[in-house]
Amino acid sequence: MIKLSQRLLGPVTLACLAATFVLGLWVTPEDRTQKNLVRLLYVHPPIAWVALYVSFGTATIASCLYLWRRTRSMTMDRIAYCAMEVSVVFIILTLITGSIWGRPTWGVWWAWDARLTSTAILGVFALAYLALRRANDDPTLRARRSAVFAILTAVNVPIIHFSVVWWKTLHQGASVLTSTGQLNVHGSMLLAMLLGFVGFTLLFFWLLRERYRLEVKRDARSIATLDEALALRRREGV
Amino acid sequence: MIAVARLVAAKDLRIEARSRVLLWQVLPFGVIALLLSGLALGPAQAGNSSAGPGLFYLVTLFVTLLMINRSQSLENAPGTRASVATLGLDPAGVFLGKALALTVELWVTGIVLLAGSVLVLHTALIGTVQALPSILVTLATLAVAGTLYGALTQGGDGPATLLPVLTLPAFAPLLIAGERSFSAALHGGALWEWWVIVLVALVAYTAVGILLYGVLEES
Amino acid sequence: MVVRLVNAVVMSRGFALLSGVDLEVERGSLTVLTGANGAGKTSLLRLLGGLDTLTSGAGHVAGVDLAQGDRRQLRRRVGWLGHEGSFYADLSVRENLVFAARALERPVHDVDAALERVGLDHRVDTITKQLSAGQRRRLGLAWLLVRRPELWLLDEPYASLDDAGREFFDHLLGDVVRAGATVVVSAHDPLRSREVVARTLRMSGGRIDAP
Repeated sequence: MIKLSQRLLGPVTLACLAATFVLGLWVTPEDRTQKNLVRLLYVHPPIAWVALYVSFGTATIASCLYLWRRTRSMTMDRIAYCAMEVSVVFIILTLITGSIWGRPTWGVWWAWDARLTSTAILGVFALAYLALRRANDDPTLRARRSAVFAILTAVNVPIIHFSVVWWKTLHQGASVLTSTGQLNVHGSMLLAMLLGFVGFTLLFFWLLRERYRLEVKRDARSIATLDEALALRRREGV
Repeated sequence: MIAVARLVAAKDLRIEARSRVLLWQVLPFGVIALLLSGLALGPAQAGNSSAGPGLFYLVTLFVTLLMINRSQSLENAPGTRASVATLGLDPAGVFLGKALALTVELWVTGIVLLAGSVLVLHTALIGTVQALPSILVTLATLAVAGTLYGALTQGGDGPATLLPVLTLPAFAPLLIAGERSFSAALHGGALWEWWVIVLVALVAYTAVGILLYGVLEES
Repeated sequence: MVVRLVNAVVMSRGFALLSGVDLEVERGSLTVLTGANGAGKTSLLRLLGGLDTLTSGAGHVAGVDLAQGDRRQLRRRVGWLGHEGSFYADLSVRENLVFAARALERPVHDVDAALERVGLDHRVDTITKQLSAGQRRRLGLAWLLVRRPELWLLDEPYASLDDAGREFFDHLLGDVVRAGATVVVSAHDPLRSREVVARTLRMSGGRIDAP
C-alpha cells in the first residue's frame, strides 16, 4: 500500500497540476474586473500555502523532532534541510507570481504590502538557514545549529506577521472565504483552485522525497569514506 | 541558574569596563553612522526630518551586530572555550548572563545615540524622553535575540559575515515596533500593538534561549 | 579505572582525528602521551575532557559513559589546560581564578592558596594578557588547583617553559598524583625528571602504538 502510494506520488502530482492548468487556462471564465489576471488565483495561493505553511511547517516539526532526544536522528535533520531548500523555491515562486499579480493591480512590482513584505523576510530567513548550513561542515554541529535556527524562525513567523500587518496593509483580504464565511468563487473556479492546492502540496512532497533521496546518497558516500578515512589515518602511523 | 547568570554578566561587564572596546570602537562607529545618516538625508532634511526614530534604530541595529560579535568573541579566544567548558556552567545561566551584560552595554550605547539624534537630527527632546521605556525594552530584546544568534555563528566559516544575514530578518519586527513607538511618542498615536510585539519577542527569545542554549554550547 | 576506551574513533570534517584508541588509565597515575605533531595527542585529551564526541567505539571517563552520559557532568570532573593558555585575557590573574572558584562553588580563599603555591602571589592584579608565557602556564596550574579535578588533562604543558619551570611543574604534578588525582599529559618527548613513575605511551596515526 505504502509502496503503491509512493510510486503514484509523481504521476498523481503531474495529473493534478495538469488538470489545474487546463481548468485554469481554458475552462474557467475571465473575471469582470481582474480579467485574465484572475487565473493567478489557481496558482499563487496554492504556491504561497506550500511556501509559508507546508514547507516551513515540515522543516519546523522535523527540527523539533531532531532536538528532542528520543527522536534525534540525522533523518530528521535531512528532512528539515530538504524541506527548507524546497521552501526557498516556493517562496521565490510566491514572490514572482505575487509580483506579476501586483504590477497591474497596484501599478508597481513591489508594494509595501504586509503579506509581500513578511513573505520576503521569511524568504531571507530560509536563505539564512541555508547559509548557516554551508558555514558549518561538522554534521552534528550543523544539525544542532540549524535546528535551533529553524525553531527561532518559526517563533518569528507570527511576530513578523503581526508587526508588518500593523505597520501597513493594502493587500486584499482572504481569498476564498468572505468575512461572513460564505464562498466567494463557484463551480469550475473552485475546482481549479482546489486542484491547485492539492497539486502543489503533492509537488512539495514529491520534491522533498527526491531531494531527501539525493541527500541520503550523499551521506552514504561520506560514510563509505569513514572507513577510508580510518585506513588513511592509520597509515600515517607506523 | 541565576547565580551563574550574575557571575557571567559581571565577568562580561568587567571585561568591557577594562578593555573599553565599547567606548573606543563601537561608540565612535555609532556616532559617525548617525552623522552619515544626516548627510544621506540631504541638507534640507537633515535637521527637520521625521526619519529620526528610524535612523536611530537603523544605526542601533548595526551597532548591535558589532556588540554581539564582541560578546561572543570573549568566549572564543584560543583555549578559553575549552577551559571554561570544563567548568560545566549551566548553559541557561550563561545565556542569561551574556544577554544581561549585552543589554546593559546596549543601553549605554543607546542613550549616547539618542543624545546624538536629539543633537544632530533634531529629534524632539520631550518625545525622546517619553519614548525611553519602549526603547530600553526594545534594546533588551535585541540583546537577548542577539546572544542566541551570536552563539549560532561562532566557530563556523566567517562568523562576522554570517551574523547579519541570520539576525537582520529577526530584527525587522523589532525595528518596526521600535520605530513606530518612538514616532508615536514624538507625534502621538496608538502604542499598545508595539508593546505586544516587543514583549512577545522578548519572552519568546528568553524562553528559547533558556531551553536551547545548551544545545548550541555543546560543540 | 578512571579511563577506559575501546576502539575510540573521533571524526571531524571527514578526517579521523582518532582512528581506534584503546586505553586504560588507573586512578592516581601519571600518563604521558608522546608522538609527532598531528599524531592525535590533543584529540585524545579533548575526548577525555568531554570536549569532543565519540564517533564510534566505547568509553568511560571518570564514571561517565562517553557515548550516552552527561558530558557536562564529565567536564566538571576533569581539569583542562590547553597549550594556548586559556583564560579571559582582560581579567586579572585573581579575577580569572575567582571566576572559576565561584563557578564551581569553591571557597574564594582557595584562590590565594593556589596563587601562592604556583608562585604568582606577587602578580595577583596583573592583567592576564600581560603575563609571560611561563607565568600563564603557572596561572593554568593555579586554575586547576582551585578546581581540584579528578582527572587532570594537560596539553603540551612544557612548551614555553624554562628548566626551572619544568622542574616546578613536575614537582607539582608529583604532589597531585600522590594526593590521589589522575594526570594525563601530552608532550613531545618523555618526561626528563622523575618525580613520579610515569607511563609513557607513543601515539601515531590517531592511535596508541603497541608497546
